[in-house]
Amino acid sequence: MKIGGILGRKLGMTQIFGADGTALPVTVLEALPSTVVQVKSQEKDGYNAVQLGYGFRRRLNKPLQGHMKGLGQFRYLREFPVEDPGQWQVGQKVGCEIFQPGDLVDVVGISKGKGFAGVVKRHGFAGGPKSHGQSDRWRAPGSIGAGTDPGRVIKGLRMAGHMGACQVTAKNLLVVHVDPAKGIMMVKGAVPGHKGSLLKIQFANAADDLKKRRAKASVAGS
Amino acid sequence: MDVDARPLLDVKENPNIAPFRPGDTVRVHFRLREGDRERVQILEGVVIRKRGGALNSTFTIRKISHGVGVELIFPLYSPLLEKVEVVRQGMVRRGRLYYLRNRIGRAARVKERRPTGKTPSQG
Repeated sequence: MKIGGILGRKLGMTQIFGADGTALPVTVLEALPSTVVQVKSQEKDGYNAVQLGYGFRRRLNKPLQGHMKGLGQFRYLREFPVEDPGQWQVGQKVGCEIFQPGDLVDVVGISKGKGFAGVVKRHGFAGGPKSHGQSDRWRAPGSIGAGTDPGRVIKGLRMAGHMGACQVTAKNLLVVHVDPAKGIMMVKGAVPGHKGSLLKIQFANAADDLKKRRAKASVAGS
Repeated sequence: MDVDARPLLDVKENPNIAPFRPGDTVRVHFRLREGDRERVQILEGVVIRKRGGALNSTFTIRKISHGVGVELIFPLYSPLLEKVEVVRQGMVRRGRLYYLRNRIGRAARVKERRPTGKTPSQG
C-alpha cells in the first residue's frame, strides 16, 4: 500500500509552541482523503501509478464524466507512483494517514506569481549605486555584455521578465502534526503558492526514488 | 493572517490567565530557564498593547524598572506563561497606549476603572 504522496491544499501559516516554549513556524495543509480514479500498471501503461482525484468541480465535460463515473466530480487529477498497483482499486480513498509526525516530505506547488519583475527581485542583483553622482540606476541590471565583439548578447543572460507562477518544490519539510479525522497536516516552514492552491505532498525524495526505480526497471527490461 | 490552529490542535485557553485589557496593570508569571534551573519570574506592569493572531497573539507590558522604562512582549499561548493576574483595571480610551512612552512620573498614570462586573472579552 505504499504510495509516493497525496494531494492537498495550502491553508496558511501560523506558529505552534513546544513544551519548552520554543515557537515552531508551521504551514497548515488541508489533506482530505483523495479518491483513486485510475490505476496504472507496468503491463498496461508502462509504469506503476495511481491517479488521485481531489477537490470539487461543478461542471465536467463528457470525457471527464466518463472517467470519474460514480466516483465524484474532482477538480484535480494527479498521479503518484506506487510499488504494487495490484493492491489498489478504483474508488479507494487515501489521505494524510500515510504520514506520521517526524516524516520528511517534499511539497510541490505553483508559486505566487510576481508578474514582470526586474533583475533585483528576480535574480538578486545588487542594483546600482544610490549616490556618487548616479541617478535613476538604483535597480538597473548593469552591463549586459561586451561591445562590437561579439556584437550580441549571449544567450541565457539573466534579465528582467516574468517571475513566479511556476512549479516549485519545497524539500525535506518536517511533518509536525497529522490529523486524518480533520484532514489536516502541519509541516515546518513555508510551502509554495497562495492559500487554497493545490499541493502535492510527497515523501521526501519520492521523485528521486522513482527515477532510480525506473532506471533499474529499464536496465532489467533490456 | 495567521491560520487559527486552536480548533485544530485542541488548544485550550489557559485558565490562569485572567481576562485583561490594555490599560490594566497585570502581574505576569513567566517560567524562565536559568542554566539548568527553572524558576517563575513575576513581572508587574501596564498592558500597553494586545495583538491578535490566534496562536501568535502577544501582549506588551510596560514598567519602570530602576528608573528605566522597560517593555516586555509575551506570547499569549506560550506554555511558559504560567499565570496573569489583573492587579488594577485601567480606564483608557484607546487600544495602543504608546503615548505612555513619552510621559514620565505622574503624567504616565492610567486612570482606574472601577470594576463594573462586566468581564472584558478575551482574544
